[in-house]
Amino acid sequence: MIQWISRMLVPLIVSYIVGFGLLSRRPVFDDFLAGAKDGMQTVIGILPTLIGLMTAVGVLRASGFLDTLSGWLAVPAAWLHLPAPLIPLTLIRLISNSAATGLMLDIFSRYGPDSLLGMSASVMMSSTETVFYCISIYFGSVHITKTRYVLPGALLATAAGIAASIYFVFFTN
Amino acid sequence: MLNYLWGIMILTGMLWGVANNNLEVVTQSLLESAGEAVTLSLTMIGIMSFWNGILEVGNRAGLIAWLAGKLNPVLSFLFPELERDHPARLPIAVNIVANMLGLGMAATPAGLEAMKLLQQERTPGCDLHRATDPMCTFLIINISSLQLVPVSMIAYRNQYGSADPAAILGLALLATSCSTLVAVIFCKLMGARRRAAKR
Repeated sequence: MIQWISRMLVPLIVSYIVGFGLLSRRPVFDDFLAGAKDGMQTVIGILPTLIGLMTAVGVLRASGFLDTLSGWLAVPAAWLHLPAPLIPLTLIRLISNSAATGLMLDIFSRYGPDSLLGMSASVMMSSTETVFYCISIYFGSVHITKTRYVLPGALLATAAGIAASIYFVFFTN
Repeated sequence: MLNYLWGIMILTGMLWGVANNNLEVVTQSLLESAGEAVTLSLTMIGIMSFWNGILEVGNRAGLIAWLAGKLNPVLSFLFPELERDHPARLPIAVNIVANMLGLGMAATPAGLEAMKLLQQERTPGCDLHRATDPMCTFLIINISSLQLVPVSMIAYRNQYGSADPAAILGLALLATSCSTLVAVIFCKLMGARRRAAKR
């Protein structure tokens, strides 16, 4: 069932949207081109960020720091039932999406994207958000300073996403 | 925040390299990683442009507005405080739909608009710096991750040699549902507690 969803989701959404566009008598290819141009600009726009953060992760990796860090985190990791290399990733995930992507790609190149670690990292990154960044953007825009139960609620939801990612990946493989 | 994070990452790496006496490996990795980022972006351009183009077809055909309209019962359940004609309902619905489709560029402006309207329409005389219940619910649900198809993730996995880059879609959907479910239950409990305290 889960595999079936994975296989069907993209073709289903693509054909649904194109069909919807044709039925609405839209110039679908012209619309597509306009969107594709925006998408291209977005990727080029984040390239400097990606270069900066992938280089920083590369330096941390090559210096041996990430291995040492995983060693230090082995005890809390075992206690939380988390694989040690995922702990820095989950912490950075709360602050910066691009920095977390850098760390995730490092996990991909070391362990492979299809390893249990690579799968957990992929699912975890896909089911969580940049908690602190979102709160500051949204509440900052309307000058809200008393955030009440937002932070505990957001962290609880994120923890549920992380736990579910790891549980489902290890359970179904 | 990122300024400190990045600075600390670079300096820690350099100092650690000095301490471990492997600075030439660090330098080499610096050059390689920068190149790797460019290669990755080149591949990303293909998939992200295609997906964004498809979503724009849906957007211009009125798909987002149509789906947002379908969301009314869900909104009434999540935000019992907002009457049916509350102006913030539409941007909230657009934000949720755009987030589900992975259209971050459309989601954020709608979300900010929703926050602004929630702030403008609040009961006069109360503390303007204190978040209201609908604001809290909206933000927690938003942060719980709603994205149905993490397209950039498929692109990253593909670039790093995955045999089946889309294999994570089903699991990601399941995990996202879990986190959103927890968020909804949490917000409902907080709302119920506040109403009980009022009585």
